Amino acid sequence: MAETLTLLDYWPSMFGMRCRIALREKDIKFEYQEQDLWSKSPLLLEMNPIYKKIPVLIHNGKPICESLIIVEYIDETWKGKAPLLPSDPYERAQARFWADYVDKKFYDPARKVWGTKGEEQEAARKQLVQALKVMEGVLGNKPFFGGDSFGFVDMAMIPYNSWFHSYETFGNFTIEMECPKLVPWAKRCLQKESVSKSLVDPQKLLGFVVEMRKKFGLE
Amino acid sequence: MAREEETKVKLLGLWVSPFVRRVEWALKLKGVSYDYIEEDILNKSPLLLELNPVHKTVPVMVHDGKVICESFVLLEYIDETWKHHPLLPHDPYDRAIARFWACFVEEKILENAWIAMCSEGEEKEKATKIAIDAVERIEELLKGKQFFGGDDIGYLDLAVGWVSHWLPVWDEVGSTKILDPLRFPSTTSWATNFLGHPLIRDNLPPKDKMLDYFHQKKGRIMASRARV
Repeated sequence: MAETLTLLDYWPSMFGMRCRIALREKDIKFEYQEQDLWSKSPLLLEMNPIYKKIPVLIHNGKPICESLIIVEYIDETWKGKAPLLPSDPYERAQARFWADYVDKKFYDPARKVWGTKGEEQEAARKQLVQALKVMEGVLGNKPFFGGDSFGFVDMAMIPYNSWFHSYETFGNFTIEMECPKLVPWAKRCLQKESVSKSLVDPQKLLGFVVEMRKKFGLE
Repeated sequence: MAREEETKVKLLGLWVSPFVRRVEWALKLKGVSYDYIEEDILNKSPLLLELNPVHKTVPVMVHDGKVICESFVLLEYIDETWKHHPLLPHDPYDRAIARFWACFVEEKILENAWIAMCSEGEEKEKATKIAIDAVERIEELLKGKQFFGGDDIGYLDLAVGWVSHWLPVWDEVGSTKILDPLRFPSTTSWATNFLGHPLIRDNLPPKDKMLDYFHQKKGRIMASRARV
């Protein structure tokens, strides 16, 4: 029976990027469908009626939503190649804990770093830098969060790399200054084809952010 | 051997926390014995701060010297470590669906019911509406089912279980009616089933103490907002 696999996604989304990486890690063929989030398609609304958001993975007609849930689904469905989570329950718990930390602590302050001004932006910058420093501490001297190999936490966090240039530009800080270990970590991740193919060019993303700022009346 | 291993579990908790209780329910369903350590959340112990420096919250579980935090992470750890009486379904798609709804209830019902309880005016109205709309979704999910998982309690029942016992208390303290039995008969029936399970029934904080606790908590929150 022919298997169908479609990813409803939006090119700048760090959440979408996680799913792209996971699918490519497993070497799975999938159809990428770019979504217009300002004019949502009937398919998106049908497949994710609760949140109406991307990413959505549609496997043989059945939708799975929420990026980390999608990544775990991919790992459990295609067990043969490239495990995305460790096999030991404690290591898995650690991986889930830190991926959850990235989810809780990055997105909102990061959004405010490029999407607001003044005091609100400054407070957000401090929060984001603090979260980045915590993750730098977690990485320590390991090559990846997953240890010797790229894993779940790396996958959860590396998409933010495409956005770092934008955060640095508008937040007036550099990753190099604040959390230097994350720079070589990102380079190591980008050496993987699944990552380099799935992330977007930081310069292109900066252009996108500039347009969004104009829409918000910040430019 | 089994007995030795079982007592190697410690759980730091708070008697009134729904996040702690869901972990206790999971341990009880799996028949895992544990040492429970009550934490004073207003006066956090050095042990708690040492074991969970990131979030400084309960539950924190220590198993064989290993520290695990965050209740959903703990449910999955417990399920993977003690494999009998599985909590999550076997099929990957069903697992994804269970995880999805657990996150949905946490974000849309729990967070908003809490805000509705501790706020007033427009903020209260908005949070109440979001919570009610979300219970509507759960109502659809539960139609014709005894539990989310079918015949027996599973992961999603444990994740959403707080609704059966905490939400009526929050509704009373906040003078809201989010869990309306007339509007949500399937959810109300599920709550009765859940609370009737022997391992759950005997592992609930007392309602009168909960009412006191949350009245006081609400008072403190609203007073601190008034000062701002």
